[in-house]
Formats: sequence, C-alpha cells, structure tokens
Amino acid sequence: MTMSLPILEVKDLVVEFPQRRGILRALDGVSLRVGPGEILGLVGESGAGKSMTGSAVIGLLDPPGRITSGEVWVRGRRIDGLAEAEMCQVRGKEIGAVFQDPLTALNPLYTVGQQLIETIQTHLGLSATQARQEAIALLVETGIPAAEQRIDQYPHQFSGGMRQRVVIALALCARPQLVVADEPTTALDVSIQAQIIGLLKRVCKERGAAVLLITHDMGVIAETCDRVAVMYSGRVVEEGPVAQVIQAPRHPYTAGLMAAIPDIDQETHRLAHIPGSMPRLDALPLGCGFHPRCAFADDQCRSGRPPLTDLGGRTAAACWHLDATGQQSKPAFAGSQSFMVTPASRVAADSPEVLAPLVEVRGLSRTFDVSDPWLSRMLSGGKRRHLRAVQEVSLSIPKGKTFALVGESGCGKSTMARMLVGLDHPTQGEVRFDGEPLHSALASAQSMALRQRLQMIFQDPFASLNPRWTVGDIVAEPLLEHRLVGSRAELSAQVGDLLTSVGLAAKDQQKYPHQFSGGQRQRISIARALATRPEFLVCDEPTSALDVSVQAQVLNLMQDLQRDRGLTYLFISHNLAIVRHLSDEVAVMYLGRIVEKGPTKKIFAAPRHPYTRLLMDAIPRTSGTNRDRAPIQGEVPNPLAPPSGCAFHPRCPRATEICATVDPEVKVVGGVEVACHWPHGL
Amino acid sequence: MIHWLKRFTESDVGASFFSSPVAWISFLVTIACVFGAAFSPWVAPHNPFDLATLDLSDARLPPAWVEGGRAAYLLGTDDQGRDMLSAILYGMRISLAVGFASVLLSVLIGVVMGLLAGYLGGWLDVFFMRLCDVMLSFPAILIALLIAGVGRALFPEAHESLAFGVLVISITLPGWVQYARTVRASTLVESRKEYVMAAQVIGVASHRIMFRHVLPNVVGPILVLATIHVATAIITEATLSFLGVGVPPTSPSLGTLIRIGNDYLFSGEWWIIVFPGLALMVLAVAVNLLGDWMRDAFNPRLRSGR
Repeated sequence: MTMSLPILEVKDLVVEFPQRRGILRALDGVSLRVGPGEILGLVGESGAGKSMTGSAVIGLLDPPGRITSGEVWVRGRRIDGLAEAEMCQVRGKEIGAVFQDPLTALNPLYTVGQQLIETIQTHLGLSATQARQEAIALLVETGIPAAEQRIDQYPHQFSGGMRQRVVIALALCARPQLVVADEPTTALDVSIQAQIIGLLKRVCKERGAAVLLITHDMGVIAETCDRVAVMYSGRVVEEGPVAQVIQAPRHPYTAGLMAAIPDIDQETHRLAHIPGSMPRLDALPLGCGFHPRCAFADDQCRSGRPPLTDLGGRTAAACWHLDATGQQSKPAFAGSQSFMVTPASRVAADSPEVLAPLVEVRGLSRTFDVSDPWLSRMLSGGKRRHLRAVQEVSLSIPKGKTFALVGESGCGKSTMARMLVGLDHPTQGEVRFDGEPLHSALASAQSMALRQRLQMIFQDPFASLNPRWTVGDIVAEPLLEHRLVGSRAELSAQVGDLLTSVGLAAKDQQKYPHQFSGGQRQRISIARALATRPEFLVCDEPTSALDVSVQAQVLNLMQDLQRDRGLTYLFISHNLAIVRHLSDEVAVMYLGRIVEKGPTKKIFAAPRHPYTRLLMDAIPRTSGTNRDRAPIQGEVPNPLAPPSGCAFHPRCPRATEICATVDPEVKVVGGVEVACHWPHGL
Repeated sequence: MIHWLKRFTESDVGASFFSSPVAWISFLVTIACVFGAAFSPWVAPHNPFDLATLDLSDARLPPAWVEGGRAAYLLGTDDQGRDMLSAILYGMRISLAVGFASVLLSVLIGVVMGLLAGYLGGWLDVFFMRLCDVMLSFPAILIALLIAGVGRALFPEAHESLAFGVLVISITLPGWVQYARTVRASTLVESRKEYVMAAQVIGVASHRIMFRHVLPNVVGPILVLATIHVATAIITEATLSFLGVGVPPTSPSLGTLIRIGNDYLFSGEWWIIVFPGLALMVLAVAVNLLGDWMRDAFNPRLRSGR
C-alpha cells in the first residue's frame, strides 16, 4: 500500500488571505499523502487549518483565500489551478465531499432522489431509470430503510442522522476514489454519531475509496482512521499511524492534547491542560507556532521553525526537542498534574455524613403548547398538541456537590436548567431552594435576595456576552443590579478581583468580548456568574463550544472554584467523559424523563439502564483503536408523539412486550435508581 | 472628537469609506446641501422672504449666463422677483427639516414599538404587527393627503403655522412601520441569545434589558434604513408640496418651488422649475447613495477581504 500511487497527495501547500493590513497565512507548507483505501484523519483545534486544507483540496476556498504555492495531486493528476469547469468534473467524479451540517448540504427544494439522480447522470452518463435504480441502491447501501419510498421525499422529511446518510450517498454516487469528510459527525448526537462513523468506514472500505477525515474529535479519529495528521497553526506538527500517535505522541502539542481529553473509562481527579490558546492568524509567533504554550520551549524554538522530521515507521513530527519528548510518556508532559488536588466534594463523598440538599426537585414537569393558532385549529379541525419536554423529574442536589444531567439533544436537560434558575415555570411539581419554594419566591418582592444565590453559566461563549459592552461593564452588571458596591472605585476593584480569580487580568476591563478567545470568554462568563457570590451554579454545556485543551482549563477552573467557594453545581452535558470526571451524582435523561440516577462511581462502574449502557458504548474512545461496537439502533423519536410504555423500547435490545405497554416503575438496583423493566444486573 | 476620527479612519468601515469614491462624493454633497440649507440666511445672496427687497421688475430674469441675466441673480428669478438660488437654499432648509424631523419621529416610534413587540411578545406583538399591516395597506401619499386635508378642514386659519407639523405627521405615520418590523425581527433573534438570558438570571428589569442590552445590538440596520428614509421623506415632502397640501407658497420648500415653476414650464422660463428639480434630485441621490454604501459597509457578509 505504501508503494502504490497515492490517491491524494498534497505537497507544501500554502494558502494565504490578503487583508488590508497584510497577508494572513492560513496554511503554511502542509504535506499529506492518502493511499488507496486508506483513511487519513486530520485533527486539530479550531483555527488549526484542518478545514482549510479540505477546502483547498476540493477547490472551494472562500475568497479572497488562495493557494499561493504548493501542489495538490489526485490520482496522478495535478488539480490545483484547474479552471472552474474542469474542477467541477473533478468534484463529484474524483472527489466526494461530506460536510458538517446535513441540513444545509442538501437543497431543501428538491427531493433526495432528484439530487442523487442529477449527480449520477452528470458524472456517469446513465439513463434516468438506470440512475434511479442506482440511487435507490445507494440509499439501501447507506442504511436508509424503505429507500424506494423515501427517495421521493424532501430533505426536511428526514431526521438529522438520516440526512447525513443521504449526504454520504450523494458523495459516493459518482464512485469517487477520494472522499473528503469535514466534521461529518459533529452536528449529530452521540448515538447517531456512532452509526455514521461505522457507515462511513464500511462503505469506503467496500468501495476502496480513500478518505480524508477532518475532525476535532480524537475519539472519532482513533476509531476510524489508519493514519492521523495533527495540525497546529496551519502546519502539520505530527503524523503517523493512529495507535502510534495516540499512545506515544512525540510532539508536545499532541501529548498535551491527548492528556487533556477526559477518559470515560477511568476516574480522573484533574485534567492536564495546555496553557493559553491557539494564536490568531494575525499574531503568529516566530519560530515554532506552539512555543508560547510549550514546556520545552527554548531560544531555538522562538527563532527557528522546526521541520517535519521523519522518525521511521511512517511517523514524523515537527519539534526541535524530539529527543527529549521521546523519553517521556504522555502524562509526564502535563505539568499541572504536579499540584493535583482531590476536589473538596470528593473528600466529602467518602465521609458518611449526609449533607442537606440545597436544591430539591419534586415531580417537575414542563409541557409546551405547540398547537396551531385557534383559528387554524377551528378551520382545519386540528387538535391541541403538547410537547412534554420534562416529565415528573425528581432529584436533590446536596450542598457543595456536582450533580450532572446527561442526555442527547431534545431530552429536556436545557428546559430543566431554565426552570432551575427561574427562566421558565414548571407546569407541575416544584423546585425547593434551601427549603424555600423557588418559583413563588422569585415572583415575590424579595426575589433579588434569592437571585443572588443562584446563577448560570451558558453554552456559547460567543453569544453569552453582549458584544457592545466592555468586559468591565459585563462583569459589573450583577454587582450594580444587586447594589453590592458603594462606590465607583470599589466596583472597579471588585470587577478586577473577579477577573483575576478566573485567571484573567484586572486591566482586561476596558476590552470588548471580541478581543478574547473562546476559553477566555467563558472565563468572563464565569466571572459574571460569580459576582453575586452565588451558592448554586447551573452550567448548561459550559465547555461544548470549546476546544479540548481549553476545555480542560475551564473544567479545572470550575473545580478550583468549587473547592474554594463551596459551590454547588448542576452540570448539564452530553459528554459522558466530562460528567464522569466532574460530577458526584449523575442522572441520565431520555425524552424528558430520568431513566437512571445515582452516584457517578456506581453508574459508570455498572450502568443498569440499557440506554445508559449503549450511550457509554457509543462514545468514541482514544484507547482501543479501530474498536468495533454495537451502536444504538434508530434515532430519538419525535417528542410530539413519544412511544407508548417505556419511551426507549423501540431502540432497546432488551425490550419485550411489556415495555411497549407499561411505563416502567423506578427500581433501586445496586444503589442506583433505574426506570426499566429489565435493568442490567437484576 | 479627534480620537473618534482616528478610530474611524483606522477601522474597516473607514477604509471602505475612503476607498469608495461614491461614498465620499455623496457624503460631501450631502454635507454641502445640509450646510447650505442650515446656514441659508448667511449663505444665500438674497433673502427671498424679505418683501422689502423684492422688486417685481426683477421678475423672471434668466440665469446669469443667459442673455438678459444679471450677475446678482446667478440662477435667475421667479415670477415675484425672488432670487432662485436663495429660494432653493431656503427651500432645501424646509425640505431637510421636514425630512429629518419625520425620520426622527418614525425611528423613535418604530424602535420602541419593535422592541416591545419583539421582546415582550404575546398580544402586544400581535396588536403592533397588525397595526403595521393596516398602515402598509394604505399608500403613504393617500395617508398624507388625508391628514393634510383633515388638518386643513379642522383649522382653516391656522393652516400655515400647522403646515410643518401636518407634513411631518403625514410622512411619519406610514414611515415608522419599516423600523418597527426591522427592530422586531432583530429583537426576536437577539432576545433568544444567551447574554439576554444572563441578564434575566441576574434579575435585570425588562425595560433595562430592552434598552441597554438589546437596543445597541439592533440599532445598526436602523441607521442605514434611516439614512435612505431621509431621501424618501424629502421626496414625499416635495410630492405633497407639489400637490399643494404641503407648506404654503409664502415659505416655499423645494416641492413648492417646483409647483410654481410648473406653471412656467411651457412659457420659456425653464429655470424656475429646472433648478429646484435639479437640487431635489442631487440631494436625494446623494443621500440614497450614502445610505446604500452604509448598508454594504456595515454588512460583514458583503465586506470583502481587501
């Protein structure tokens, strides 16, 4: 395989963006080779240039970006600099592309069949009936049930996972030798992600197509790829066989990245993190792009750019200190491990005393009325429709602990978050905060005193800070609203203290949010939430928009703050590995209900509900490369028409007749509450 | 001021301004018009409203460069011996005043309604938006004629002093709708963003969230709309004055001047209509081009890399 002609060869590719203030170099000498039937993973954090490499290969760079030097070869033919008309022939025929968002990759005005048939006819010159047969065969191959009927449906009639299958079918329909897949699973839920990874792998192997898989997720890379190239700041810093790069990384960046990923199969107390964040394109450091964040950096790194050095065994890395890095195993990189601390909550968890709950939720339900307007209902005879976003959820969160809510999109976890901070009102049930009924207290005249005690951290650091306000004003707002400061000088001092406590500088007050990176913005968001000295913080996916190395920084910060200030967290996430790392107790939600709830240790050691078990299995792991797994079948049902009985039964491998008719009672199995007729281990 | 100018010249919008001749030429023309109009008593060579200086023997003189013209009356005189150039400058003053006043009022009403409708929603939203639909179902000119007519019928004597107010109201009434709709749409988007949720969790009162958080983030498109609307408002004012329901001939606006000139269109005194018409056109085109440039410059998606 090594000797044969590569399907894709990229040589010293440079992509530049002319700007008013000079030229930004987005890619700087990227070289890649993908052999026949090989899957090459391109991994890196946002801004590393991985998507740019994909766009450059398929000739779809956003203007004014352009290839200024280097070559792109596909099956022995040079394709950079081809005229647009010729490039159109290459795209589709030679290269198929799969993009991140299956919603925008398909034209909503044409049926799935029309789009497939058009592409097939353009590139293969088949007749209309032949092309239709071919399209149906493709849909069957990509695992779409009832393909003969569904081919005449429009994209909106397909669910997210099904749409991504159609996009894959579309990419493969002209039988290309190369597929460029840019974050093909990022927009999908974990259970669907596993199905799509499996599909992509199987179909490409069967057809012998080479794949360039671009993703930020090391787990996906580990499970899918043969080889991997790690990118940083527009350069490839390390390349090699997947197992080699993951288990014995040679570049300090790769090593740090691997150490920063929380491991779902192990208990960790503290994550290693790489300080700082990826440099912006307009402020690239001289020499090695990674040196400002690197523990090994010396004068050579600051002045000279390290070449990609061949290390034998088809591995290469770009670092001046490969001798030193080779000596060390991966955790040794992580300097922060030296002051590893057991969080206060963990210590308390082992002590026998039962802590009083700070937050108690009793039979909480939230139903949204999604009916048509009354006039339309009268005219067309439609009925009222209700969406039961949260159903009879009960939980209690002890003081100083972290309680995690886990589930896929649409399971009701964000509605729970909104209700717990009073942004939404429950239809039924109540929330008690420190013994007081929360929602009636928030409606009373003394609500401000209660509001001080609970705050929220949001998911999107780009939307959670008002872009027109300075950072100082943003952090000062809660202090002013709650009249916590007397004078202007005191305000400025307090804001400065808050910013310092989250690892920013007091002088950052004058800056605007757009001058900060994603991780720094999330720190500002945390500083604002801490301003009123709250006891309870609701964190709605606080790290899902962040890169792995930055995510570790934010998670560590949250742990430190919990230890120092005795905070209680409700942590909402879809990422089970983070939940295991951070939480004391966990509840798994499915379609608005809690299906399993208990201490994190017990649930991760032995999940009882089949859904929890399958969800854990579906997560791509960096250990155990090329692992085969049994993904959860099907997709999350429409919450407007939930299945009868146990909502999970259509996807459950253990389901029997009773599951389809009778709603399961909550049982206690091995110290864990589980709502299932046939839990594991009973 | 200098600091602000410096920031403008260094910003992307500033760069786009200086690299686009259309932008700075239309800006200079607009500024010249506004300046000439605002300071017309000092800039204009004559005072066309001072009856003492008018002499009917100077009536209908052609422009200075045409045979029979006089250097004192550069663009000629009208039927009452008023200097055309001065009349245009004074007329532009009224046109611009009506334009700015009605746009300001439209923006005020539209922004407040849009914010309330978008942020609070519910029946208020339904009510305001249906109100918009009703306003849009009448042609603007018809509403203006109706108000001007009713105003004249109610206060027959006071008409002249009320004329300005009636004009402003009749242009504002159909004008605020576009702002209300734009602001409502942007507010719907903004109020679902997390920074608004964060303010709600802190316990910030609704009116402060609307005006301190949401407003600064929806005001951009409003500035662009308003600039283009000034040109439209000036033309609407001219139309109304031309039809005889605007300001009275004793203090003529550009539209009134055009109406007066219309009577002389076929009798050879072309300058009485051509110059006010030209002035109106230049002003409207300049403001429109400026607005067009602003719309493109403030839209990051249309902003190219260079």
